[in-house]
Amino acid sequence: MNLSLPVHTLEKKHLLSISDLSVPEIEGIFKTADSFLDLSSRSVRKVPSLRGKIIVNLFYEPSTRTRTSFEIAGKRLSADVINITTTQSSVVKGESLLDTVRTIEALGADGIVIRHSASGVPQWIAKQVGCHVINAGDGLREHPTQALLDLFTIQKRKKKLSGLTVAIVGDVLHSRVARSNIIAMQMMGMNVRVVGPPTLIPKEARKWGLEVFHTLREGLDQADVIMLLRLQLERQASGYIPSIEEYSRLFGLSPEKLSWAAPDAIVLHPGPVNRGIEIQGEEMFADRSAVLDQVHHGVAIRMAILYLLMAGGRPEEDNRAPA
Amino acid sequence: MHQLERKGSFFLKNVRMLDPAQKVDRTGDILVLEGKVRDFGVVAEVPSSISVYEGGGALLVPGFVDVHAHFREPGFEYKETIESGSKAAVSGGFTSVCVMANTNPVNDHPGVTREMIRKAEDIGLCRIFPIGAVSIGLKGENLSEMVSLAEAGCIAFSDDGLPVRTAKLMRRALEYSIMTGLPIIDHCEDRDLSDGGVMNEGWVSTTLGLKGIPNASEDVVIARDIEVLRLTGGKLHIAHLSTEGGVRLVRQAKKDGLPVTAETCPHYFSLTDESVRHHHTNAKMNPPLRQEADRKAVIEGLADGTIDMIATDHAPHASHEKEREFDQAPFGIIGLETAFSLGYGLVESGELTLEKLILLMANHPAHHFRLPVGEVRIDGLADFTLLDLSKRQTVEKDFFRSKSRNSPFLGSVIGGEVKKTFMNGRLVFDRAKDKEVGR
Repeated sequence: MNLSLPVHTLEKKHLLSISDLSVPEIEGIFKTADSFLDLSSRSVRKVPSLRGKIIVNLFYEPSTRTRTSFEIAGKRLSADVINITTTQSSVVKGESLLDTVRTIEALGADGIVIRHSASGVPQWIAKQVGCHVINAGDGLREHPTQALLDLFTIQKRKKKLSGLTVAIVGDVLHSRVARSNIIAMQMMGMNVRVVGPPTLIPKEARKWGLEVFHTLREGLDQADVIMLLRLQLERQASGYIPSIEEYSRLFGLSPEKLSWAAPDAIVLHPGPVNRGIEIQGEEMFADRSAVLDQVHHGVAIRMAILYLLMAGGRPEEDNRAPA
Repeated sequence: MHQLERKGSFFLKNVRMLDPAQKVDRTGDILVLEGKVRDFGVVAEVPSSISVYEGGGALLVPGFVDVHAHFREPGFEYKETIESGSKAAVSGGFTSVCVMANTNPVNDHPGVTREMIRKAEDIGLCRIFPIGAVSIGLKGENLSEMVSLAEAGCIAFSDDGLPVRTAKLMRRALEYSIMTGLPIIDHCEDRDLSDGGVMNEGWVSTTLGLKGIPNASEDVVIARDIEVLRLTGGKLHIAHLSTEGGVRLVRQAKKDGLPVTAETCPHYFSLTDESVRHHHTNAKMNPPLRQEADRKAVIEGLADGTIDMIATDHAPHASHEKEREFDQAPFGIIGLETAFSLGYGLVESGELTLEKLILLMANHPAHHFRLPVGEVRIDGLADFTLLDLSKRQTVEKDFFRSKSRNSPFLGSVIGGEVKKTFMNGRLVFDRAKDKEVGR
């Protein structure tokens, strides 16, 4: 258990939005995540930093990878992790969100990791409870840990962030992943473009200070990083696109279209991928795809976040045996 | 009306009486006998038996008239009742309130109308003028019995909370209402275009990840209604105007000589969608708070006469309804208690004159809705509000008389204070005693 953890601290209680963080803080998170990446290659993959702490994963939306990623992260830090999903809690009895989070806090939770379909929920409950609140995705607003793991993945592959051109492709309008990434990437000095049909790009997108493209060929030109967004299939039913087929033809990535980007461009996707829609023939460019790296890095990033917020960056103290 | 039977008499000394519609602006005393103004200025003879109040030089104006409020009774008494709403009204200087039809049961039947009026008379604080539904059950299908509703005491018709659903229904409503001489009030919104939006569509909604309601949602229905009005005649009143485009459309319609009037609400000239960042669901209403260009256009519309009156859209909701996810919280904020002070903010900033503000809050709504109030004149009904313009206060929770507290102005410092309110010659609110003086 002599893993040397850097003594970075995050002088805040919650992680609600990527814009809560400064550039040095993001760099500190990456350094901490690096040391946790080392941990995953060891035979004993646990550290006692959060022993005795209770983390509740409160998920009001279906999620496999984010919830599992947070669960593994918490467990590797020796926290007791409890998962609550809407189908098995008193939520189905009509308990209000506010009552639910207050109850969870009263039961002794030290941290709540929350995913909710309504934008602004983590920000709001953070004002209502005394424990740590970590945003695991709120409505269309933000998904800060996803943006951190995406940047971390890009940094690992490209050895830098500043100066890279990234094309975010797809349903930007409904994407919290895009929102958090746009903010984070710009903070880190990247050039951000969004690419998609006008119905799926926010009208005010240019106010972020980015470029908007409606054709993939223009949007991918010279791009170093391609970030594909998941297309919710119900967007077709609600009239945002005429058909999945046309979307796929115009904005789905194929080996041929990948050649429009920079020769060493990498491909990210937050998952789960709609195979054949956002990506076709991925096996042909497996070496350029960073999708599994993203998943792998997700655990390290979430460990870093939980650790920096909840262990206060003092591993020695936390490792001491209880008196 | 029963409430007119309980008439009061009083002698109020040393006030500045201001009624811009009657071109009255003079300092002196006012004598009210049996609910009516007997004399003002230099009063020669005062009966010995009546109450005497010292005005201390304060400003006496016609009692404010709100043409757009939700008192929630019958059906949603946990949000507001006619009694709690009346208390809120008189503490805000309002002596007449027009209440919307989206109660349960809906005010689409004369029995509901009469019961509302009877309740208000029993309470005896302010006059209630019910607004009948345009369509049965607010369903947007069949017209309500407008003539019967008018006979029962309705002073206008509206499906408020919802728009008049189709252009065809608006046509029929405007045509049929000609028999009553009463206006159709529309909440102008294309709900297809709003498409589940919860705040104004713009940069703020983009960054907050909240679904937006574009200005066009409001503008296209204002345009629709104006064109239908051109076809039919009747009277059209646009509720809670909030957009630059809407102001432009109404301005042009008036130039064309169409019988259209419009109201806006204090929040549309006081706040923008930026408030959603700080006030959460207490800044959620429909139409939503817009952007600075809209706020400026609304003020311009008030100043140049495009917008005829200030209404509150007082829409109480219980805390358990508002303290929840933004997407799921109901639309609406309370407004009766803060309306005058927010309007006075425009006077302090030089954007409106005091006279104009009184016209917008008292004379115009009474005139356009043909209510027998809103004047300071001999033999006029003695509904007055006594104001202290020098006072400033922080809006705390106990500032409100409403049953609900859903206001984005909680914590704000506002200027101008209602000292006393008189209705029908009786003192119905006295800030010094911190209470309403009902029946």
